[in-house]
Amino acid sequence: MGANRVAVIGTGQTKYTAVRGDVSMPGLIREAAYRAVEDAGLTMADIDAVVIGKAPDFFEGMMMPETYLAEALGCVGKPLFRVHTAGSVGGSTAIVAASHVEAGVHERVLTIGWQQQSVSEAMWALSFPIPFQQQLVAGAGGYFAPFIREYMRRSNAPDDTGILVALKDRLNALKNPYAHLHEPEITYDSIKESFMLWEPIRYSETCPSSDGAFAMVLGSEAAAAQAQADTGIPPAWVLGTSMRSEPATAHGRDQITPQAGKDCAADVYRQAGISDPLEDVDMVEMYVPFSWYEPMWLENLGFAPEGEGWRLTEDGTTQMDGRLPVNCSGGVLSTNPIGASGMIRFGEAAMQVRGTAGDHQIDGVRKAVGHAYGGAAQFFAMWVVGSDRP
Amino acid sequence: MSPAESDRTLSTMPTDVWSQPSVDVPDLGGVEQVQRITVPASMRYDYSPGLTQTRFLRALEEKRILGERTPGHEDVYVSHRGVDPVTGLPTTEEVEVGPHATITAFCVVHIGFGVNAPPTPFVSALFLPDGAAVSLYGTVGGISHEDVRIGMRVEPVWVDDADLTTSMENIRYWRPIDEPDVPAEQLKGHM
Repeated sequence: MGANRVAVIGTGQTKYTAVRGDVSMPGLIREAAYRAVEDAGLTMADIDAVVIGKAPDFFEGMMMPETYLAEALGCVGKPLFRVHTAGSVGGSTAIVAASHVEAGVHERVLTIGWQQQSVSEAMWALSFPIPFQQQLVAGAGGYFAPFIREYMRRSNAPDDTGILVALKDRLNALKNPYAHLHEPEITYDSIKESFMLWEPIRYSETCPSSDGAFAMVLGSEAAAAQAQADTGIPPAWVLGTSMRSEPATAHGRDQITPQAGKDCAADVYRQAGISDPLEDVDMVEMYVPFSWYEPMWLENLGFAPEGEGWRLTEDGTTQMDGRLPVNCSGGVLSTNPIGASGMIRFGEAAMQVRGTAGDHQIDGVRKAVGHAYGGAAQFFAMWVVGSDRP
Repeated sequence: MSPAESDRTLSTMPTDVWSQPSVDVPDLGGVEQVQRITVPASMRYDYSPGLTQTRFLRALEEKRILGERTPGHEDVYVSHRGVDPVTGLPTTEEVEVGPHATITAFCVVHIGFGVNAPPTPFVSALFLPDGAAVSLYGTVGGISHEDVRIGMRVEPVWVDDADLTTSMENIRYWRPIDEPDVPAEQLKGHM
């Protein structure tokens, strides 16, 4: 961490849905940005700089949209910085925004992550044929499913761990009015009987394709004090940030529990003074686009020993009322505007600390972790936010 | 927060939050609004693969799979990049790998999204060519999806000789060969 403290002083998001036909991309972004600025008790005039992130442009077929989004982003005449780290981008973007404040360059930075999946077909974008490259013929699910199968083989986890994760996250989503999927009728059996897409991944164990945006205002210590005085809502202090990456293909690389993820977690815990993650962390928003990634990341992030992550899912530890609630918002499994998904994790962690999570609020959250991953499970971004000023 | 709050649309947001110059939209009067347009598009391009990948693609045209050895580590990587992905150092030697290979990971695909994807269900898998350190993507054929195993030995099935090009598409799919499976534990780190 740098010399200057930084805190989340405002959050805002759109309602997520398959097709936000009522707004264009600028409208989508502005809706989230409005709410974040309002939440911080500010107006756009108070913002010094804007840091944005979204998934790769070919997912939407719109190249460098930021060049025409200056008005929508509220950054006419202000510095604009865009971050590119595939699915982890929402997390990385928040970290870059935080660094703008930590460095003492800016007092208040608006950061926004978004995706409008409805204007194109990300599945196709990940599977289109390029003759001179290896072709992935089954989208992201087809890429990750073999690694899930390998995790199941190594860990001897019960077959239904994935079903339990999906059931928990979809029921949590019912408590989050912004979540994309609201499925009050969902049951263990309906998930189990849902269509097998990429065996072992079922339809109900897969994230949806969503439109939506998430925005945060990050502020300096003085800005945090001012925002709290104006709004009565406490800041979420950024206690640690970390990014790590590794090559997609390398001899010795373990796609099931990537070294970059372990290093990212160790680094951010060290900064935040966390020695026993399961003991010291009150809740986690982690990036789980396919149900089995909950136990896999629980191990990768040090909440469970290797091969044991599924036990925390099976014994209820990760439930809303468990010892380590995971994805109280419903998670990526219930809402997936790719470029926003990482920022939603980071922002939901901040909302839990600030006490603004509404019906999916956990009581007394003092330290929360936000986590995002992207690419071929090779880009990682994490932060720890807390109620106590560092 | 109430559902009503989450449904609050942009047009209901307070105007004083934003301090941007307003945009003048001309009055279009009674002009018929355009709801949808179709824009045909095409793109023609030349691709220059560079020296290393050129050799890899030329070899594929001859039904050979080329790998490249990294300096110091003695790992053989496919497909070609010209550099060690870990150290960034130039690779030192070209090595022919395969054609026999081992399945290191797979899934059964029941959804036919991909362009060129075979009829469902099919098996999408990672194949470790003999002599290589990392796997290639592809699909499994010539066997029921229920019988595919991690560690299964396979060989590539190439397109007809007349259809060979400088392309990964020369390999139609991989099919089992009559050899004992490789233990899964030996395949860690080779996916």
